[in-house]
Amino acid sequence: MDKMTERHTIGVLVDNEAGVLARVVGLFSGRGYNIDSLTVAVVDQNDDQSRITIVTTGTPQVIEQIKAQLGRLVPVHGVTDLTVEGPHVEREMALVKVAGSGETRVESLRIADIFRARVVDSTITSFVFEITGSTDKINSFVGLMRPLGLVDVSRTGVVAISRGDKPM
Amino acid sequence: MASAELTGAEIVLKSLVDQGVKVVFGYPGGSVLPIYDAFFEQNKIKHVLVRHEQGAVHAAEGYARSTGKPGVVLVTSGPGATNAVTGLTDALMDSIPVICLTGQVPSHLIGTDAFQEADTVGITRPCTKHNYLVKDTADLARIMHDAFYVATNGRPGPVVVDLPKDIMINTGPYVGPKRAQHSSYKPQVKGNLAAIKEAVELIAGAKKPLFYTGGGVINSGPGASTLLREFVRQTSAPITSTLMGLGAFPSTDESFLGMVGMHGNYEANLAMAECDVMICVGARFDDRVTGRLDAFAKKSKKIHIDIDPSSINKNVPVDIPIVGDVGHVLEDMIKVWKSTARKLDKKANDSWWASIAKWREKDCLKYFQGKDIAKPQYVLETLQKAVDGKDAYVTTDVGQHQMWAAQYLKFQDPNRWMTSGGLGTMGYGLPAAIGVQMAHPKSPVVCVTGEASFMMNIQELSTAVQYRLPVKILLLNNRYMGMVRQWQELLHGNRYSESYMESLPDFAKVADAFGLDSLFADHPDQVENLIADMMACEGPVIAEVMIDQKENCFPMIPSGAAHYEMILGPNDDQPTVSAKGAALV
Ligand SMILES: Cc1ncc(C[n+]2csc(CCOP(=O)(O)OP(=O)(O)O)c2C)c(N)n1
Ligand SMILES: [Mg+2]
Repeated sequence: MDKMTERHTIGVLVDNEAGVLARVVGLFSGRGYNIDSLTVAVVDQNDDQSRITIVTTGTPQVIEQIKAQLGRLVPVHGVTDLTVEGPHVEREMALVKVAGSGETRVESLRIADIFRARVVDSTITSFVFEITGSTDKINSFVGLMRPLGLVDVSRTGVVAISRGDKPM
Repeated sequence: MASAELTGAEIVLKSLVDQGVKVVFGYPGGSVLPIYDAFFEQNKIKHVLVRHEQGAVHAAEGYARSTGKPGVVLVTSGPGATNAVTGLTDALMDSIPVICLTGQVPSHLIGTDAFQEADTVGITRPCTKHNYLVKDTADLARIMHDAFYVATNGRPGPVVVDLPKDIMINTGPYVGPKRAQHSSYKPQVKGNLAAIKEAVELIAGAKKPLFYTGGGVINSGPGASTLLREFVRQTSAPITSTLMGLGAFPSTDESFLGMVGMHGNYEANLAMAECDVMICVGARFDDRVTGRLDAFAKKSKKIHIDIDPSSINKNVPVDIPIVGDVGHVLEDMIKVWKSTARKLDKKANDSWWASIAKWREKDCLKYFQGKDIAKPQYVLETLQKAVDGKDAYVTTDVGQHQMWAAQYLKFQDPNRWMTSGGLGTMGYGLPAAIGVQMAHPKSPVVCVTGEASFMMNIQELSTAVQYRLPVKILLLNNRYMGMVRQWQELLHGNRYSESYMESLPDFAKVADAFGLDSLFADHPDQVENLIADMMACEGPVIAEVMIDQKENCFPMIPSGAAHYEMILGPNDDQPTVSAKGAALV
């Protein structure tokens, strides 16, 4: 890509119906857009709506296209570009499995403490840490765990919401 | 079971009736037999039995484009649905409202690779505007009406409703079409007034304004064409149109510069390059119009009216986007224009028209008709004379003949010109003509085709004969995939790899075998009579003209070139196309 690309976090409110995720994902793959992360879950039981959070990178023109293309999908109720629409909170959760013994094991626990990661499973030879935070924070935590016996990582991808009292 | 309940098949039929559907184009099979059974017991809707499901979709497209109403298709599961895919993609690319009902294996067999099972919603997701798999007969009526709403509102397009066989047999309640708003799909119809005012300001200050109009004007309805005519008159600005938009503005009008784009008129493309304010109305800056993007219309500020927000700034950045229905936006624009009593700068406008007159002097559509072999341009001009004042409908296939038809026929009204623009689907012309003729039984319907395209859906001759549809097939036979040959000349050193049409059938015998009339001309002197006879035919007819095999379609913007770098004729310097240009389609 020769032009400057930007990273955007986009929230999409959709009808929770069969195939809706395939429509969104198909749109990205069919038109060659990037998906850095994608999360989806039902957020409104009554109206049966799900919220999808997509993190994507592209030129400003591509980002505009992505939003317009999402907006015209029939089961989409709303699209919000959190990156441009003002202050927002982004969080990601990860479960990080580290195996080891002796000093490395103690060190992993110490770092987990600094990162406010919780131990959610433990054996004599392993820990599973639960950590929540920005993508950067999780990246650095995982990076630090690597030499200390990192075994597995499972990440949720980004969820995001705007600050203040307004809905999307 | 409440007595008011209907079977799924009855619900399908009743919702079609309530949606005002008069004709369905279809082909039966195991999974849709219950619906066909329901058809058998009624006479409100006519079913047209096509000979291939692709033909059904194109026929529905022809019906839709010539009436402004949605076309309806009914096909069986598996191969029936996959055969419809090309037609659906065609309708999506050209924004044609089509409702395609596909049979599906019974719910409990879905996912088991059952006989004639295909993942129809999966396959058609990217080639429809929207699609539905009905999982409960109780949802069926709502989904049917939803499908019509989605297909016809906003930017129109094809919608598939996949109908498992058990859903057709089970019973459920019927609900009528409700006027209530769709819960999530609410396209913006009225344009933003501030943007409209800004646009009017910009137009009023223009020294070289130009209307660049497209299929969106046609899709908005005949009222939009009327408003476009009025606005063009008010501003006295020149106007050009895409392939899809022909007919929205009379092509015989002085203000009309002809079609724009790869095979558009010289004056139209030059005006696009030179204008200072471009008013894009329901067109989408397609690559066939822009040529090389970085050289496209650099001197202009651009206003873009489009009902689809995703069309705005997609290929070309614009200065004033107006999202809304063309008709509504034009109406408001004209109001603002009049209320502020705007007028273009007379002197500037005169000199703009003087430049246009210069470009027109090139007479870019001139051709030379020799004594021995008919030129396609001459055949089409002869056709034009024959249909003048007759309110004729024209469909085409894809290739050189399509471009010649666009260049040499004259269009007076919207909804009279049906051609596969976005997808460029060979095989479109004949079934589309069948759909048009179904909608307009008394009007002349001409399908301008090439021998290669014609053979792609030639089986539909049988449909035309069965329903006594007097479609007039004007077959311009150059014994080549002419457009392919032309590109091979331009880009591949005249190496005619697989573009010669070997072993062509005797089309007179084909006509005879299918039970229709045929006419033949292989000399220019015979062309006038052939066209006259064709017009006089009461039934379907193949009128075949042997045309100059070597004729190429000009003017042309070669691929990769800027839109002002046109080749005007075979004697022009043939440009060397860059490697980058050669990679383009
Ligand atoms: C289904 C399909 N296959 C291939 C093409 C590529 N193609 C474009 S024009 C053309 C040749 C058309 O030949 P003919 O119908 O004889 O028209 P002519 O150009 O000779 O007027 C071909 C093969 C296409 N447009 N559609
Ligand atoms: Mg040909």
